[in-house]
Amino acid sequence: MTALPERTERKLGLVIDLDTCVGCHACVISCKGWNTENYGAPLSDMDAYGADPVGTFLNRVHSYEIEPEGGGCAQIVHFPKSCLHCEDAPCVTVCPTGASYKRAEDGIVLVNEDACIGCGLCAWACPYGAREMDQAAGVMKKCTLCVDRIYNENLEEVDRVPACVRTCPAGARHFGDLGDPDSAVSQLVAERGGFDLMPEQGTRPVNKYLPPRPRDRLDGGPAPSAPARQPHDASGFFAWLDRALEKI
Amino acid sequence: MHPAPSVIIFTVLSGAGFGYLAFLGLGFATTGWPAFWQFALAFAMAAGGLISSIFHLGNPQRGLLAFTQWRTSWLSREGWAAVTTLLVMALFAIAAIFFGRVLLPLGIIGAAMSVATVFVTSMIYAQMKTVPRWNSPLTPAYFIACALTAGALLSGSWALSIPLLVALGLLQAVGWLTGDGRFAKRGHDMNSATGLSGRVRLFESPHSGSNYLLREFGFQVARRHAAKLRLIGIGLIAVLPAIVLLFGRHPALFGLAFALHLAGAFVSRWLFFAEARHVVQLYYGRQAA
Repeated sequence: MTALPERTERKLGLVIDLDTCVGCHACVISCKGWNTENYGAPLSDMDAYGADPVGTFLNRVHSYEIEPEGGGCAQIVHFPKSCLHCEDAPCVTVCPTGASYKRAEDGIVLVNEDACIGCGLCAWACPYGAREMDQAAGVMKKCTLCVDRIYNENLEEVDRVPACVRTCPAGARHFGDLGDPDSAVSQLVAERGGFDLMPEQGTRPVNKYLPPRPRDRLDGGPAPSAPARQPHDASGFFAWLDRALEKI
Repeated sequence: MHPAPSVIIFTVLSGAGFGYLAFLGLGFATTGWPAFWQFALAFAMAAGGLISSIFHLGNPQRGLLAFTQWRTSWLSREGWAAVTTLLVMALFAIAAIFFGRVLLPLGIIGAAMSVATVFVTSMIYAQMKTVPRWNSPLTPAYFIACALTAGALLSGSWALSIPLLVALGLLQAVGWLTGDGRFAKRGHDMNSATGLSGRVRLFESPHSGSNYLLREFGFQVARRHAAKLRLIGIGLIAVLPAIVLLFGRHPALFGLAFALHLAGAFVSRWLFFAEARHVVQLYYGRQAA
């Protein structure tokens, strides 16, 4: 049913640390790897070895350059983006078939692919570009928060987190219950001033982003330039060549 | 937004079809064979448009499920509105064609349902907060004005065609002008999209190729072309048909006026999609102009 639950028991989601992310795209790859062979239709690629390859991904990393107001060093921010599992998810209510739904027990937004007609309206309704239509299956794909990992008792406990979180080498991705103010992720958000993306859309995302720390500012003038590099005397064969050429 | 031909054809034709059905229901229907041709045209446009919309589905074989979520989904409501309206108007048409009876009370109900169907179609677009240009009461007003104008022209009603053409021209102009600044007015920019402060620009795209999002939402129409197409569109959809009707009330003039109007409606609807900017473009470094 595409009506949103009034409240969810838990609000499972991700906290993404923009200060720590190094932009390695390991989360993109592990996400595609896990999700192409588990929940639902595989994440297909079209023209994968041709001139114009396109494919379905549930997580993508943008990189932005920010220049602080009033001058200062420009800074690169790597920016992973996947479904934010919004509390007021507009993608769910627009679905005509009931394929899109938000789970009352943990707040995860999922697509029942057996009921998806591939109309694409949910992707239109999402401000974040979190949903992509799979070109091969004709159904909408989105982040499942690795629902087939996090409750999977066949996996070691350490692996019962989304694939992107498990693989992140920088520790920039955190998974937990953002509805519980005492959870580690909620405390991280409170401590670091976590924020919502496009809050003016009124979607109330569950996933939060932690801001990058501002760069250090240099005091005083520019740093002294490095001493000019002196050509050092050659030795061996080149010294002989040098001397021989000198004599000509 | 990507201007998909199937959706443009669907909204223009089914809008004109339901607009014509509304006029037929309100007493512009004849009886017998003339009525047959009137209803054949109206049903062909209304139903043909609906069928063309099925072609952009990824899995049309599950289409019947789209009737289940009318409580929340405008797309689902559209399915119900269109099918029930076509059924009511089919009864009205059968009475007119085969029994020579114009059942006005039924026709009035069918006319109201026809206008409601166009409204529900327009709400599929007007509800999208992600596309500020569409997210306005002017969107349903524009869709309904298009439908009623087409209906008036096909019905050959001079007295209603002229005011409707004027109203449509004005709504079209106001819609374009107020739509131009709405993206920025809503406060959507790269700072709000990323939550980052300072001057933000895209340094590296997440992928070197294209993707579904860019194909669906990345369409950008050149500003120069947009201005030209707007002139052509408003000229064809409202101004020229009105001028044609100033020459008289001959059915051929109505035919010409409708042909011009329909061509203009296609241009206008192409622009409706092509000029619409989706907020996801901000993540790809396309700041609002």
